[in-house]
Amino acid sequence: MIDRSFIGRETSSFEAVAERGRLRFFAHAIGEQDPVYSDLDAARAAGHGDLPVPPTFLFGLDVERPDSFAYVGEMGIDLRHVLHGEQSFAYHRVAVAGEPLRFRSRIADLFEKKGGALQFVVREIAVTDGDDAPVADLRTTIVVRDPRAGA
Amino acid sequence: MSSTDTAWTTVDVGSELPPLELPPISRTTLALFAGASGDHNPIHIDLDVAKSAGLPDVFAHGMLSMAYLGRLLTGWAPQQRLRSWSVRFAAITPVHGQPTCRGRVTAIDEVDGERIATVELGVTLADGTLTLAGDARIALA
Repeated sequence: MIDRSFIGRETSSFEAVAERGRLRFFAHAIGEQDPVYSDLDAARAAGHGDLPVPPTFLFGLDVERPDSFAYVGEMGIDLRHVLHGEQSFAYHRVAVAGEPLRFRSRIADLFEKKGGALQFVVREIAVTDGDDAPVADLRTTIVVRDPRAGA
Repeated sequence: MSSTDTAWTTVDVGSELPPLELPPISRTTLALFAGASGDHNPIHIDLDVAKSAGLPDVFAHGMLSMAYLGRLLTGWAPQQRLRSWSVRFAAITPVHGQPTCRGRVTAIDEVDGERIATVELGVTLADGTLTLAGDARIALA
């Protein structure tokens, strides 16, 4: 069982920028052909100040921090046994390429099912902009399958 | 189809979004997605790591399927209208799995002066396996 004292633990705050080239690479990787996500003129014509950061991309910016999986290790979890359980996003506005974004995250909850064979870690991530105004709120639930518990 | 094609006046409870059918997910797609998304968990790209965890093969990032769902949504409505969404990852997508994304309007409510459509979301594989289920809230014009 994961130590419940981890609930409320905050990870270090982290600043990231979604670069245009990276967003074009992401669009390519997911087969996105809407020019709004790769062409600056199309993005501006659609009302964005720059290439928009697509709906799920903020998740990747957060895990890109150098120690992104550190919290998993600190809890004694083997990354190979981790599955993504749930993911949610709530948006205050659409982020765009080039703007500094700050990520703050905390462990919101820990619980288990099936007698500990499945353990759940819930993280909440708040994304704010350079003016400290809210951009998006993410909630990530990971599931840890403990093979020793005979799931 | 681009989002400008959607006839907003005809959107009603029961309206279905045009399904998004994807090609089978290749190992190349997994490698590109790892690099592009920033999720470098080796379980998705390194067969040795997958086998060391007792798995027969690598499997797709759940967030790849969620990104496909994102395409379904922003192909239907401009991204500025997407208020919030949530998914549950119900089953692993194996490499070579072929996802199809679907959405259906299940409610339209007045929220803070906006007409908000609740869209029920699902991703299924060719064999019918449901891999993602969730819902999105989208402001209608």
